[in-house]
Amino acid sequence: MIHDFVSSRIFLLALTVGCYVAGVAVYRRTRIALLHPVLLSVVALISLLHAAGVEYGSYAEATELFSLLLNMSVVALGYLLWEQVEMLRAHALSILVTVVVGSLVGIGSVVGIVYIMGADEIIAASLAPKSVTAPIAVAVVEPFGGIKAITSVVVIAVGIFGSIIAPRMLDRLGIADPVARGLAMGSAAHGIGTARAIEIGAVEGAASGLAMGLMGLVTALLVPLLSDLLF
Amino acid sequence: MTGVFYILAFYAAGELLARLTGGWVSGGVIGMILLFAALCSGVLKPDKVRDISRMLLGNMAMFFIPLGVGIVAAYDLLSQNLWSIITAATASTLLVIAVVGYMQQKLGKKL
Repeated sequence: MIHDFVSSRIFLLALTVGCYVAGVAVYRRTRIALLHPVLLSVVALISLLHAAGVEYGSYAEATELFSLLLNMSVVALGYLLWEQVEMLRAHALSILVTVVVGSLVGIGSVVGIVYIMGADEIIAASLAPKSVTAPIAVAVVEPFGGIKAITSVVVIAVGIFGSIIAPRMLDRLGIADPVARGLAMGSAAHGIGTARAIEIGAVEGAASGLAMGLMGLVTALLVPLLSDLLF
Repeated sequence: MTGVFYILAFYAAGELLARLTGGWVSGGVIGMILLFAALCSGVLKPDKVRDISRMLLGNMAMFFIPLGVGIVAAYDLLSQNLWSIITAATASTLLVIAVVGYMQQKLGKKL
């Protein structure tokens, strides 16, 4: 009876949202970048499901609703993109060129290093869109045999790492222009970088939000176009 | 619910186009491009989708938790390739930060 209940859709959905809400509370209180709510929730859920003897298959089935919401979020990114383009129209051309180059560098370097290190096409396909926001990244890897779970965990880790390292690295490289700083953070660390950029300043935040949307869009088009070359 | 309708409608249109073009770009991404185009051209008023978009984007992180939990199913693959993944993701992230920051700082003054 208890096992049926803990494997039920409603319990698993409530547990997932509950873990996330608790994760957000911990993150707000500590402000430690490594304690990202998603990372905390994933660790907590893996332990709880394991302890309760719930198979991943039944968990995935119970939380199918989330994949619809994820795809709806991808569509909603079109709104974010529009909002940021309005704000940064003056820099439109340089931003577009920069993000296209940034996307090529991101895809090319991650795939190249994966092969040099001796891993196969599955890993390369899972990591190719690692700089872009998770909903777009998982949509991009699917047709090329990438593992969505690896993509989402790597994307979150990259976002956390990028949001911590980017401000220091940009200081060291002497990049002071706020548009350039925001763009670098959003291009490399998507939504997590954007959250950090918003804390730094309004221009940085807007540029980062725009970079996140554009980078997702450009990468979603470039990975399929270059797929014969990459995988 | 008007906002939910528009998001679903753009998603459905994107899905249709994705199927017609052989699925090389996902329906969600095409839906995003269509929504962006509709807002830019003024066909769709932004206030129709503002609230729902902010709600979805504000909670987007939560929606990929189940995928993250899926890492248990990919554990072997991940642990066998752990160093390749960490090295590639770290180096590539640093490269993107440097290239994008540097290029925008240079180009921003010229273009």
